[in-house]
Parts: sequence; structure tokens; C-alpha cells
Amino acid sequence: MKTNLFGLTLFQLKEVVSTLGLPAFTATQLADWMYKKQVTSIASMTNLSKQTREKLESKYCVGMTEPSKVQTSTDGTKKYLYPTQIQKFIEAAYIPDADRATLCVSTQIGCKMGCLFCMTGKQGFQGNLTTGEIINQVQSLPEFDKLTNIVYMGMGEPMDNVEAVLNSIEIMTSAWGYDWSPKRITVSTIGIIPAMNTFLERSQAHLAVSLHSPFDDERREIMPIQNVYPITQVVSEIRRWQLGRQRRVSFEYIMFKGINDTPRHANELVRLLHGIKCRVNLIRFHAIPDTPLEGTSPENMVTFQNHLKAKGLTVTIRASRGEDIFAACGLLSTKELLRKQQETDF
Amino acid sequence: MSHNHTLYKKQVSAIRSVAEGVYVLSFQRSFTFTAGQVLAIDVVPDGEARLYSIASGEQDKDIEILFDERPEGRLTPILSRLRVGDNIYISEPFGSFRSDAGKAYWIAAGTGIAPFVSMIRSGKATHKTLVHGGRYDENFYFASLIEKNFSGKYTRCCSQQEDTAYYKGRLTGWLKEYDLATDNRYYLCGSAEMVVQVRDILISKDIPFQNIVSETYF
Ligand SMILES: Cc1cc2nc3c(=O)[nH]c(=O)nc-3n(C[C@H](O)[C@H](O)[C@H](O)COP(=O)(O)OP(=O)(O)OC[C@H]3O[C@@H](n4cnc5c(N)ncnc54)[C@H](O)[C@@H]3O)c2cc1C
Ligand code: SF4
Repeated sequence: MKTNLFGLTLFQLKEVVSTLGLPAFTATQLADWMYKKQVTSIASMTNLSKQTREKLESKYCVGMTEPSKVQTSTDGTKKYLYPTQIQKFIEAAYIPDADRATLCVSTQIGCKMGCLFCMTGKQGFQGNLTTGEIINQVQSLPEFDKLTNIVYMGMGEPMDNVEAVLNSIEIMTSAWGYDWSPKRITVSTIGIIPAMNTFLERSQAHLAVSLHSPFDDERREIMPIQNVYPITQVVSEIRRWQLGRQRRVSFEYIMFKGINDTPRHANELVRLLHGIKCRVNLIRFHAIPDTPLEGTSPENMVTFQNHLKAKGLTVTIRASRGEDIFAACGLLSTKELLRKQQETDF
Repeated sequence: MSHNHTLYKKQVSAIRSVAEGVYVLSFQRSFTFTAGQVLAIDVVPDGEARLYSIASGEQDKDIEILFDERPEGRLTPILSRLRVGDNIYISEPFGSFRSDAGKAYWIAAGTGIAPFVSMIRSGKATHKTLVHGGRYDENFYFASLIEKNFSGKYTRCCSQQEDTAYYKGRLTGWLKEYDLATDNRYYLCGSAEMVVQVRDILISKDIPFQNIVSETYF
């Protein structure tokens, strides 16, 4: 089977051309053809000599993948299904708005983090996406030219696949790649501290932390990660990085009725985030099957928002998009498409 | 990749295989910890350390960890080839997966038994019911230690061995089949697959999610 070139960084392309005995500048040409001119075959790379193309084609292909299905919401949101190399599927959500068009990309097939409120979590973990599979969601998107923002908030925990995520950001932000500003990119995390620090060290993209409860015991009930990387530690790491100037940090807060939406929670949230220049995004909970959780009513969300605002926090209520096609936050899942259940150890 | 865990050099004091591809690694204890906590471990001082539950008791001379080798994994194939006297690098213990003193079910899959073994060895196992899922009978690690030191009900669910001496089927099958107390706490430890499946079953049996604490091995 041929190896994909698509998704390799310039450094990795240089390694490929060097093993084939080709001149180093071929790597730059390859990056240019794939990421700027966006060709989908080596044969189309017409400034490479025939010999060079043949050498490359003997072992490599570009390896982009078209979406295999698209669903469109009444609000214009589109959910694209992409097959992956290991015969599984992932989803990406395209969310057009008045002045922006955002793509929410996946980084893993399923997820290992087991958050109680999440559809992706319910499907367990089937594998990591390669850099190519992440960037393919962007570049194979029919609306690629319209994209203004990328958010890594689809299936999976980006920091559990941080190398592939960083390489995909490198492709998007390098002069040899899309040459986008890192300010167009936001990566979310539930707070895997070591990988989060690696991300902050090696990229300039924005960070979004899934907070969901400021109390240790209560967060643990909905997010197992709290056992090993508690939110107070995550927040103190963020404090250390002094984000909020060039790069933004936001805290995502899904609102569950009676669980995390009381004045007690609002006060603790204010205390926890004190001194951090950030935004809090309140998110409506989209009920998933068999969940014991319910969403906070829109009125109570506004009350909670006002409570936080009165204490000086910048708070927005995120508009819910694509709910009817299960494209909204926390609803992406390809569980029903899994051909065979993973072998388990129990 | 950089890491946040400061790692300290230790020497392996023992390594033994307890089932096919599953090992117990030991080294001298030089810190205090609470049963249920984890360590970050690596074979280099500045690598991308992996996390392991401590399986030994709070007062034991040696720390033990129980791990299964992932053939395509980065660290475990190296760990399984370590010999006595080899260097490893470990963090201080951390984490808050602790069982309280009341009535509780401890539900583990595979190597997820480790924190519960630590709790048993630390004398923190009264009023507990232990349910362990494994593929074969040999995957009920520390079984004789548990039989000797655990006074509560200990159920082993064996999913793949036809002639198993224990409950034949997955632990999810056992949990569906039997009545479960709704006023107990439930502590789950193992893969994400196990945690999410078991949690759904418990919730469907009217156990409040607030009574369920999970540790996922990501
Ligand atoms: C809190 C906590 C406690 C833990 N306690 C224990 C414990 O007590 N015992 C124990 O055995 N483990 C435990 N783990 C798991 C442990 O940390 C390691 O993840 C595990 O040992 C594998 O490490 P590895 O480096 O060998 O494999 P890794 O390199 O991390 O790979 C893990 C698995 O994922 C697969 N994989 C890797 N990359 C990809 C990819 N790109 N696509 C698809 N699949 C991929 C590999 O094939 C391998 O099977 C714990 C984890 C956590 C979070
Ligand atoms: S919320 Fe994010 S980290 Fe949690 S299970 Fe879902 S995808 Fe994974």
C-alpha cells in the first residue's frame, strides 16, 4: 500500500525526498502543490520532472479523502462524514454565520475521556487520527475557501493526540502551508496538563478549556479527568502562561439544570478564574440518549450569565447550531457506523 | 514532548510476569501516598511519561505497578523488558481516585484492578463488593491476595474462557443480571469502553450518577 504525503509537514516531506534521493527543494514543491495549489495527485504536480513524479508515485500518493456523506441543518450547519484509514468514520461540523464560517474538526475516533454528558465519549475509543486525517477535514471541505475559523472541538480530546494536532496547526499556519494566522484556530481541552503545556509551548493558537464545574467533587462526577488533572491545577497552569493578550483563552461551560447552574457555582467560578483575562462561554446542553442530565433553561442561563458579568467576567452564551442533525456541541458520534466492536479486556 | 511531572530516578527491584503480556514492576518506596493514586513513569527523565495506578499498599516497602504490554505502544514494550537494577523515572504520586469508608462497589476491568488492590493492601476494604472483568482466568490478577485479604463479595467475570471457574460473561452482563444497591457508591476503573458501558448500566438501574466515580485509563 502506498503511503500518504498529505498531512506531512515540510520537515517530514524533506525526510521523504531525502530517502528517495531527490533534491531537498522537492519537499517545498510538494508542500506548495498539496497545501497551496491543493492538487490531489502527484501526476498533477507539473513542475516536478517525470522521473521525480515516478519515483514518488512508486511509494507514495497524495491521499486525500472526500467526505462520504453530508447532512444539512435547517440553520445552515452541515455535518460531514469522513472515512478514516482504519475503516472507521469521523465527523466534522461546518457552521456558517453572518460574518464567519467555522469548521469544528475531530482529532480522534471516539474518545478515551468518558465525560458523562458527551455522545463521543459514549462510543469509547477506536483510534487517533493522523495529521492527514485532521487536515483532510479542512481541505476536503467543499466550503474550504469560505472558512474563517477552525475549532478543534469535534470528536476526541485534542491533547490526547497532541503531536498530530500540532502538526496540523503547523500546516495551517506555516508560510509553506495555508499561511493562516494562528488566531483563526482554537483548540479545546478538558485539561490534560502535560499535553496542554506542550501545545502552549509549540503553537500560538487559542485555547478553550472545558470547565463545566468549578468544584472538585462535582466535576469528578461528570469528568473522570478531574481525578488526575484537577481544574484548579489546569487553571494555575494557564495563569502561569499569562494568556489573554496575543492568544485567547476561553472556558467552556455546559449548563446542567440543578447541577452546575446555581449562584454557588457562579461565585466559585468567579473565584477560580480571578485575575485571568478570559472569556466564559456558556453552552446549552443537548440531551443525549439515556442521560441523567438536563439542560438549564435559557432564562436561567441568562441569570447565570448576568451573575458572572456583574462580577467582572466576560461571558457569552454560545448559540446552539445544528442540533437537528446532531452536529451541535457534544453530539458528534459515529458509534452506529462501527463495523465491529473493539475487542475489550473485560 | 515536554512533561509537567518532575521525574525521579529509581531502580527496578523486581519484575514478574503475571499473565501473558501482563507484568508487575516493583521499586523501592520513598514517598507516602494514598491508595488509589497514580504515578507518571518513563524510562527516560524527560519523556512523555505514562500514568500507572499504584497496586501496593500504603505501608509496603516496595511500590508495585501492574501493567499490560501494548505491542504497538511506546512505553510498555520497553517496561516489560526491564531487568532488576535498570533505571526508571517516576513522578511523585498524585490523583484523587479514593474510595471512602462506606458501602461501595468496586468495579474493575483488566489492569484496572490495581487501585483496588492497593486499597485492600492498605486495609481500606470493609463494606466493599468487588467485581472484576477479565478475558481469561489468568487475567484475575492478585486473585489469591484478594481471596486472602478481602472479606467482601468478590466476583470474577470471565468473558472468553469457555471452562472458566467463574461467572462466564462480561462484567457488563453480570451487572445487568444482578440487583445492585442504589444507596452504595460505585468506583469504576479501567478503559473508557468499560467505564462508559458500566456507567450507563448503573444509571439505567437508578443509581444516581453522583454516586459513581470513574478512573479511565486513557
Ligand atoms: C489515570 C491512569 C492510570 C493508568 N493506570 C494504568 C495501570 O495501572 N496499568 C496499565 O497497564 N495502564 C495504566 N494506564 C494506561 C497507561 O498510562 C498507558 O496508556 C498504557 O500503558 C500504554 O502505554 P504505551 O506507551 O505502551 O502505549 P501508547 O504508545 O500510549 O499506545 C497505547 C495504545 O494505543 C495504541 N495507539 C497508539 N497510537 C495510536 C494511534 N495513532 N492510532 C491508534 N492507536 C494508537 C497503541 O497501539 C497502544 O495499543 C493508566 C492511564 C491513566 C490515565
Ligand atoms: S467531552 Fe471531549 S473529552 Fe469528554 S468525552 Fe467528549 S470528546 Fe472526549
